[in-house]
Amino acid sequence: MTVAPEPTGSPVDSLAVEAIGIVKEFPGVVANDHVDFDLRRGEVHALLGENGAGKSTLMNILAGLYRPDGGEVRVEGRPVDFGSPRDAIAAGLGMVHQHFTLVPSQTVTENVLLGLDRPRFLLHERESEAEIGRLAERFGLRVPPGARIWQLSVGEQQRVEILKMLYRGARILIMDEPTAVLAPQEADELFGTLRSMTAEGRSVVFISHKLGEVLAIADRITVMRRGKVTAAGIPATGATKAELARLMVGRSVLETLERTPFEPGDVVLSVGDVIADNDRGLPALRGVSLEVRAGEIVGIAAVAGNGQSELAEVITGLRPCGGEVLVRGQPVANRSASTVIRRGVAHIPEDRTSVGTAPNLSLTDNLIMKRYRQPPVAHGWLVDESSARAIALDLRESYRIGAPTVDTEVRLLSGGNLQRAILAREIETKPGLLIAVQPTRGLDVGAIETVHRLLLDLRAKGAAILLISEELDEILALCDRIDVMYEGRVVGSFTAADAEIGRIGLLMTGGSEADHAPAEAAG
Amino acid sequence: MTIRLEPRTAIPRWLSPALTIGAVAVALTISGAVIAAVGGDPVASYLHILNASFGSVGVLSDTLVKATPLILTGLACALAFRMRLWNIGAEGQFLLGAWGASAVVLFPLVPAGTPAVILIPLMMLAGMLAGGLWGFIPGVLRARLGVNEIIATLMLNYVALLWIQFWVFGAWSESGFQQTKAFPDAALLPRLADFADAVPAFAGLTVHLGLVFGLVTAGLLWLFLERSRWGYEIRLIGDSPRAARYAGIDIGRRLIIVFAISGAIAGLAGMSEVSGVVGRLQDRISPGYGFTAVIVAYLAKFRPGRVIVAAILFGALILAGREIQPSGVPAMIQGIILFTLIVADVLVRYRVRIERRVPVAAAASPPAPSAGG
Repeated sequence: MTVAPEPTGSPVDSLAVEAIGIVKEFPGVVANDHVDFDLRRGEVHALLGENGAGKSTLMNILAGLYRPDGGEVRVEGRPVDFGSPRDAIAAGLGMVHQHFTLVPSQTVTENVLLGLDRPRFLLHERESEAEIGRLAERFGLRVPPGARIWQLSVGEQQRVEILKMLYRGARILIMDEPTAVLAPQEADELFGTLRSMTAEGRSVVFISHKLGEVLAIADRITVMRRGKVTAAGIPATGATKAELARLMVGRSVLETLERTPFEPGDVVLSVGDVIADNDRGLPALRGVSLEVRAGEIVGIAAVAGNGQSELAEVITGLRPCGGEVLVRGQPVANRSASTVIRRGVAHIPEDRTSVGTAPNLSLTDNLIMKRYRQPPVAHGWLVDESSARAIALDLRESYRIGAPTVDTEVRLLSGGNLQRAILAREIETKPGLLIAVQPTRGLDVGAIETVHRLLLDLRAKGAAILLISEELDEILALCDRIDVMYEGRVVGSFTAADAEIGRIGLLMTGGSEADHAPAEAAG
Repeated sequence: MTIRLEPRTAIPRWLSPALTIGAVAVALTISGAVIAAVGGDPVASYLHILNASFGSVGVLSDTLVKATPLILTGLACALAFRMRLWNIGAEGQFLLGAWGASAVVLFPLVPAGTPAVILIPLMMLAGMLAGGLWGFIPGVLRARLGVNEIIATLMLNYVALLWIQFWVFGAWSESGFQQTKAFPDAALLPRLADFADAVPAFAGLTVHLGLVFGLVTAGLLWLFLERSRWGYEIRLIGDSPRAARYAGIDIGRRLIIVFAISGAIAGLAGMSEVSGVVGRLQDRISPGYGFTAVIVAYLAKFRPGRVIVAAILFGALILAGREIQPSGVPAMIQGIILFTLIVADVLVRYRVRIERRVPVAAAASPPAPSAGG
């Protein structure tokens, strides 16, 4: 009773998957702009790129979660049109997502069997368990079949996800940033598993933005940036970290920005030796110190998941921490978010659709979010509707927020207009300090330019700005100073003058200065 | 063939009210079919219901009496639901409110002979405090310990009923019967019939001051929800708790306060019922007002003004229950209305697409290997 059908002998085509000219648009963003991608039988093909580069969109199309707006997908030479992940699995293509889809209270075996047509009615638990055990052993996926999911570590849970796909006969496995949740040793074990799969003729797409591990595991590498492929299937042997970093963070033609001369004032934000945990309770910040002065934009360059989001939350009162956070000399660490707002700290959050705005409320309601406590919007304990409306109309006009009326629910706005609304609201609080997190992620060029111009205007007015971004171009174009974060620490500091994209890219992706230029000392 | 739900990008203004009315119409059609299936005449039944609840000033007054507790409990639910707090405990809060009001008279907390102008406000206060406490408990559990409020409020309903039974079977029992002694006149809410001497047309009309409580509460709640800073915060929390936190709102504290106010409003309903209708405390003072309130709040889309309309409709249904045999029919209609309303709620947000299922791979590829690409 074989479970997973063995990969059949090589057909006419040795390509496992071929994607040709894939186009996928979301409102206001082209996530995939005529993307080509191919996966050979028996290889690990790494897909490299920053968050928002379009990697996940492409893979979600392959796995049947999205339908492409244009282009063609072929699996083992045959054109396919997947309506759902079920269709993809039927064609032998399975995806392991970053966020697992397991039932915590059920056993490994039950989770693997969940949703399958067989066994038809009765669960022959013992038989299935033995089968799954054999499959696990074959690929070095150490996991107790009878254990319940909640008892397992994250690494073990990932193995269950892989087992699920193998049990369903997946010949092609897409792993979406599999190492993001793993300890180094677990990552090594995963690599072992992937190698034993490719040795059997199965193929793996490995999505990542960590250069070291991509070079360690991949046979070929495709790099994506802003929805386009910047390097298509180049062999991993011979590729260097420096080259990949450049392809990944790139150097696109940005609009020319008029910057006023740099005249830093007093220290507005001072972060001293801050430590904090992430949502999983793991250390996210391991002793971060930095300063931002009035009239200065300081950039935090970091790849997602290296503590920069937590840093923003610590400063804005949304996450408890250890250490010291001072705004104009007054402590704000572990104070309520409303205290921090009162101290003149504005915040452009990373998640603009459910943190930065309330999607089903009107534009007016969203624009008064930070000022409904003060007159003129507050009228005693009432909200003065007419003055709220007047403010909304005024902001819609002056920030060119594309909304049909101020009563429009903001979930109907495009990403760019949503971000304009958030910026309008935050800037109008006349902040002394602005924390901007990924303010242009997923926006089109016009909206990006607006955001950049608004940030520079605010700087010219003497505000201190902390800009957290994965877009190195953006950081280089806007910032007076740059701190690079990696794994919860500041690993390098640059001034605008001595910033060099290659060195920053390397530090962001866990490389050391030595990888770039052995002679230079660490920054 | 597959059925897909696609989120609507733009929702026309008329869609939601049209679907709500449509849902009620569909529910009445289904109920009519059931009535016909058991040999009844649906049209005659509905006409009978109409006549029995709105046919004369007398029955209209009775309908309003039934609607009064529904208005208040419906408002209690609507307030909590606005914040996506699923308070299914209006029934228990209603009972606690009735108990609190009764306690003023029966302990007694005030000397016998206290005039109505003092006694009635005290009973209102006690009822609201007791109901508020019954809302405060699940509020704290949810805010501080993350206990699911649906389960907590649902279970507290049974605790409340047992609490009432403990008193009416025990200390407050009127010579062993499962009810307390009748309240003194000063503890009763004035009814229209009480003014029949001055206005003869009021003779026999049972509408009592509790209806005014309901209308005033609806007005205050409207002001609170639609115009006040707190109402704004509740809307924000209800729509996106993370956005509310980001805006500097202490969600836990708001949650407890809203739960307590919701409980207090349901408690006022209980007070109004013992003081305006029953005149004593019994364990069977509610035919499930607190549960019907959930449907009322839903039908009203959590808007205070519409709660009044929906409560009167359901008051009519409850009243008609006395007239229609089998008496389960109004309860069935209620259940089907809730069901169709929930469907309508989905239809407001999603468009239904029915698609022929296209076989995978075969769709785009040639049917036979011999055919050209």
